[in-house]
Amino acid sequence: MARRVAIVGVGHSKFGVRNDVNIAELAYESVAEAIKSAGIEKKDIDLVITGYVGGWSSEPLAPPLILEYVGLTGKPGYRVEAACATGSAAIKAAHDAISAGEADIALVVGVEKMNESPTPTVVEFIGRAGNYFWEFENFGLTFPGYYALYATAYINKYGATEEDLCRVAVKNHYYASMNPKAQFPRKITLEQCMQSRYIAWPLKLFDCSPITDGSAAVVLASEDVAKKLTDSPVWIKAIGSSIGTSNLSKRPSFTNLNAARIAAQMAYKKAGIDPDDPAKYIDVAEVHDCFTIAEIMAYEDLGFAKPGEGYKLIREEQTYIGGKIPVNLSGGLKAKGHPLAATGVSMAVELYKQLLGKADKGRQAPIKNGIALAHNIGGTGHYAYVTIYSLDKPRSA
Amino acid sequence: MSTQREQADAFLQQMNQFAETMKQSIGLPVLLDQKTGAALWWDQRELKLRFIISVEKTRKFFEALSEGKLLATKCKKSGQILFPPQAYCPDDDDEPEWVELPKEGELLTWTVIYVKPYSFGHYPDYTVGIARLTNGVQVLAWVRETDPKKLRPGMKVKIEIVRRKPENYLTYEIVPVEE
Repeated sequence: MARRVAIVGVGHSKFGVRNDVNIAELAYESVAEAIKSAGIEKKDIDLVITGYVGGWSSEPLAPPLILEYVGLTGKPGYRVEAACATGSAAIKAAHDAISAGEADIALVVGVEKMNESPTPTVVEFIGRAGNYFWEFENFGLTFPGYYALYATAYINKYGATEEDLCRVAVKNHYYASMNPKAQFPRKITLEQCMQSRYIAWPLKLFDCSPITDGSAAVVLASEDVAKKLTDSPVWIKAIGSSIGTSNLSKRPSFTNLNAARIAAQMAYKKAGIDPDDPAKYIDVAEVHDCFTIAEIMAYEDLGFAKPGEGYKLIREEQTYIGGKIPVNLSGGLKAKGHPLAATGVSMAVELYKQLLGKADKGRQAPIKNGIALAHNIGGTGHYAYVTIYSLDKPRSA
Repeated sequence: MSTQREQADAFLQQMNQFAETMKQSIGLPVLLDQKTGAALWWDQRELKLRFIISVEKTRKFFEALSEGKLLATKCKKSGQILFPPQAYCPDDDDEPEWVELPKEGELLTWTVIYVKPYSFGHYPDYTVGIARLTNGVQVLAWVRETDPKKLRPGMKVKIEIVRRKPENYLTYEIVPVEE
């Protein structure tokens, strides 16, 4: 019988260009905070899952490095990698182990030190994370380039504009301005975004998430243990996930991510959420806005908007607090930053705080149903994870 | 005007020179971050990365490029055409055969890459697009047009086998057709 699994502690480093710390020190920041916040001792942890993509950073074997540094060697564990969805995959690995009775308390840490390499090298590493031989070797795709192929197709098919894309950036910077952990805690205007230079047409600098160093950690526990540790556990209610094609050319559509749709349907079914109107159930969502177009496609892939109508949601400000469904109140990947393997864990930290009413002032969503959603994409739809977090019952009810 | 690769190389060379100066003065390759003053170790080990990739089972595809043909594989039972070509069909009781792809198609989507990966930093800005050929196969390649506004969805394109300069090897390109 599968056991329920809860988040009982969270930790989050400052995101940004972290030239003041090395990889182990960066991981330490969130790990120490998560263990303290869970109210456990290190000896209580019986599994450590490390999310790490690397390549751009010097240390290939992150788990021993981090465990030695924080004094956790001797524990079972391994590294998980699912590109930009690594953090969610790491949470799923720990969740599944606890659910199956293999562990009672697991630590999940996602860490990335992307600024150890110069920018053109990082652009190269991320660009290679599609199909290397058929799409990078000859044609030099970059990550903005891949998502720009989606943006061009979306704009042409549905009549969205570059302004609509920039509206996503404006919203996410607005909320990041109230998140002290964000890489860019400042507001931008629509004009600033529209006047920024093209990176991969039609995507401009302000349509793109930055290159980020950061770490995030969560402590997960089985139901019995969680109830002893805290009176406010946040449950992992459901996880849906799916893997897409390596070659972008083999995707059936360039206006949505098929893997994300499949993952969402899977998660909604497990969680008992009506896939025709999920926004009615979900109080707040963190979605994978590595580029502004990605957030608009996420609205549609998650069923917050009908296909072709995602851009209207941001145009009508329906994803701000007070709208149909608040999205990326952390500032999102766009403005909070996107340290690949930390991102999915960072979403969990954010939603834990949102559900418990502990988000920073000005960016707390009203929690009515006690349900939150994380949408985390790896590559350009190569991996998709949709994770539903929930309270036992809404705190306000 | 210098290419993005020249700019990147110049930046790295400058960093290296700082490190050399520091090694002479304090004996360590330690730089100070210009914004924060944080101490940074300038790695003394440099790795050049070049992979050696087997094309043995799909060598026919590469040989056909020199005859001006673009090949794919077709699974005999299912009729599925695989591009990029696969030496094995998804179903293991099926068997692939080589077929030539049509050269004509329509443009589905495109982008112009301004900020380039390091190993593409010597090229001028380039356009990447996806075309759907008349038999439904989709091909991703460079598009011979650097102004994104001159392209439109559904426009007629053809595939041309070209020699990529300056490396001087055969590959394929999407070329808009005048109407």
